Amino acid sequence: MHAIRSKTLLSPNVTRFVVEAPRIAEIRKPGQFVIVRLGPGAERIPLTIADADPAAGTITLVIQAVGKSTHDLVDLDPGDAIRDIAGPLGRPTELLPAGHAVCVGGGVGTAVVFPIAQALAAAGVRVTSVIGGRSKEWVIFADELRGTGDVVVCTDDGSAGRKGFVTQALAELCEGGGIDEVYAVGPVPMMRACAELTRPYGIKTTVSLNSIMVDGTGMCGGCRVGIGDTSQYACVDGPEFDGHAVDFDLLIDRLTTYREFEQDALARRSQPGQCLEGDR
Amino acid sequence: MAQQPHLTTKQRMAIDRQPMPAQAAELRSINFEEVNLGFTEQLAILEAQRCLQCKKPKCVAGCPVSVDIPKFINLVAAGDLRGAAQSLLHDNALPCVTGRVCPQEIQCEQVCLRGRPMRGEPGTPVAIGHLERFVADWAAAHPDLVAPPKPEPTGRRVAIIGSGPGGLTAAGELARLGHDVTVFEAFHASGGVLLYGIPEFRLPKDIVQQEVDRLVRQGVTIEHNTIVGRTYTLPELRERFDAVFVAVGAGLPVFMNVPGENLKGVYAANEYLTRVNLMGAHRPDADTPVLRGRRVAVVGGGNVAMDAVRTAKRLGADEATIVYRRSRTELPARAEEVHHAEEEGVQFQFLTAPVEVVGDDHGWVAGLACVRMELGEPDDSGRRRPVAIPGSEFVVPADMVVVAIGTRANPLLTQTSPDLTINRWGYIEADADGRTSIPGVFAGGDIVRGAATVILAMGDGKRAATAIDAYLRGPG
Ligand SMILES: Cc1cc2nc3c(=O)[nH]c(=O)nc-3n(C[C@H](O)[C@H](O)[C@H](O)COP(=O)(O)OP(=O)(O)OC[C@H]3O[C@@H](n4cnc5c(N)ncnc54)[C@H](O)[C@@H]3O)c2cc1C
Ligand code: SF4
Ligand code: FES
Repeated sequence: MHAIRSKTLLSPNVTRFVVEAPRIAEIRKPGQFVIVRLGPGAERIPLTIADADPAAGTITLVIQAVGKSTHDLVDLDPGDAIRDIAGPLGRPTELLPAGHAVCVGGGVGTAVVFPIAQALAAAGVRVTSVIGGRSKEWVIFADELRGTGDVVVCTDDGSAGRKGFVTQALAELCEGGGIDEVYAVGPVPMMRACAELTRPYGIKTTVSLNSIMVDGTGMCGGCRVGIGDTSQYACVDGPEFDGHAVDFDLLIDRLTTYREFEQDALARRSQPGQCLEGDR
Repeated sequence: MAQQPHLTTKQRMAIDRQPMPAQAAELRSINFEEVNLGFTEQLAILEAQRCLQCKKPKCVAGCPVSVDIPKFINLVAAGDLRGAAQSLLHDNALPCVTGRVCPQEIQCEQVCLRGRPMRGEPGTPVAIGHLERFVADWAAAHPDLVAPPKPEPTGRRVAIIGSGPGGLTAAGELARLGHDVTVFEAFHASGGVLLYGIPEFRLPKDIVQQEVDRLVRQGVTIEHNTIVGRTYTLPELRERFDAVFVAVGAGLPVFMNVPGENLKGVYAANEYLTRVNLMGAHRPDADTPVLRGRRVAVVGGGNVAMDAVRTAKRLGADEATIVYRRSRTELPARAEEVHHAEEEGVQFQFLTAPVEVVGDDHGWVAGLACVRMELGEPDDSGRRRPVAIPGSEFVVPADMVVVAIGTRANPLLTQTSPDLTINRWGYIEADADGRTSIPGVFAGGDIVRGAATVILAMGDGKRAATAIDAYLRGPG
């Protein structure tokens, strides 16, 4: 059991939890994730470790409520506990040793990019973060990221920072030159757009892939993604890969595998009292 | 206890093998309840009386953990179920499991004297597996009557990595010897393949849980959600414990490496079975989804393939087909499973090998393109090698494909333990007692042998426990 120490609403559908997980807090590295399960009948949900406090024995998880399972999760409150947390999983980020890195975060992906920016800054790399959201209230982790370097905020409606997409700001930075690596985490179309944008400049671009997972240890093969002409497992070979080699079409397509189930589950969730025959 | 009259060999020979009561095929192919219902006490005693009580019993030698078969069977014949249970549990840590999943027809029952043809009549071996299951289930229903005495604690601590049959057996043996045992398991629940691989209709999960609970009552601690190689490394555990037993199985799926394998609707058997068995995806109240194919093609011929195809049938497939590149006689699955699959309406395409998964315009599986094979010269394994017949391509219609052609070693643990010697396939090198290249670290089960059987993993766990005990007590 992992007690929830605190809960903060970061944006209309993004929640931050600080949760007890001492061993994971002690050894996790940027880029790694955990698999969380609420209890009997619940799904195993992969979540990036956004931050950790080894002294307090806690990790920070940032959750965007999209499906039934994530809605169940964000319904928990401090004092509640998460039954299972397994990790840390995945390969740590390969950090640029020196130079200038641009960290691009879209929506909840900003929480994933934050520990990377933090580690880069700690190693003396110059960090510029480009983060975005629909409007002001959807932008998260801006203050935290300011502690790692410059931050460019982009909103679709211009209610905070500049008006426009993160890709526009990234394009200007690339044009300006001197960028050694781009880390981009967010919705798949955003990561693909970033990778396409940096390709002509030959700037190494690392993306973090959120394929469908079960175990997170390489045993099910469900998380396979196309990298160049190979198939790799996002849970053990990733989750971070060279964005210029990722088969984004395949990823987008495979992510729709359970779309009908997800819609059903969400619909059932919002109609309490309706019990399926055979429900236990 | 009711004393049975002494039977002569002739009287024993006159009794026919008692059939295992089972659910009707039409019924069971749509539910997940166990297929075999188990012997009644009456049937068990009758079956036990068929045993000739050989002076030199061949069956014991046929059993990988040398269960004293004539002894427990004789106690059953005499109606002494408690004695039978104590005898069986002494030899076999998980008899509820082995009685259900051992390939008896190539082990104890293959060499049973009653299986030999006599005077022109074909023989039928004593139903050792079914009797073992009967006694084990009796023991599970009467835990107080069979609890082993509490041992003197030795103060030595042993870490076991993996809670499959290998790990659980070693844990039980070591706890019985008084050692302080902690099992580390990557998943949120215990049992390894017994839990996430073998389906409910063959091995009810309550039974696995009962066996695990028995170990916990014996004082074994289980730490779930702990991935050795990530949460801790093997060298870290070696430092914290006096000895370590590694039984992490051979969990990595193998794919066919044909075009179309990443289409939606293609599962590795591991994923398909885990979604159903571990995550309960077949139940309406579970959050984890699983695709319900109407025409399901399962590639492979082992137990895993049979489990997958029979699961597909239960999840509503109209057509569930095994695609196997050799012929019926080479099928590596347990005979009973093939038989049950046939009864349930599973179809078989023998001498057939997939060449491509065909997709539709939306990225879903639309069929499995195959080629017919014929058996050529024997290969390294002594089995005749299948060769493709040119021009024989055809498509098995399918909206879902499950790949069950084997598994490999998972490198997570070994990658982070540089001193541990592995072979070129990534399996851990260990001697007959499980000793590895690191002093105090032992290994067994599928991570040493490659995908094998439950009982072989258990045998490894038992031998390693004996070796670990000797190691801990030291030469002086
Ligand atoms: C679907 C299926 C059906 C089968 N049917 C039969 C049958 O009928 N009869 C038969 O005899 N055999 C059968 N087998 C084979 C048999 O199940 C295996 O040979 C046996 O389970 C091996 O036992 P094990 O203890 O070595 O490993 P496993 O049972 O594989 O257990 C290993 C455990 O270790 C855990 N683990 C893995 N890596 C780590 C890590 N790094 N850290 C911590 N924990 C870890 C795993 O989660 C797992 O729980 C079947 C296998 C499958 C997949
Ligand atoms: S453990 Fe397996 S081989 Fe041994 S007696 Fe039991 S069924 Fe037969
Ligand atoms: S999540 Fe199962 S192999 Fe990656």
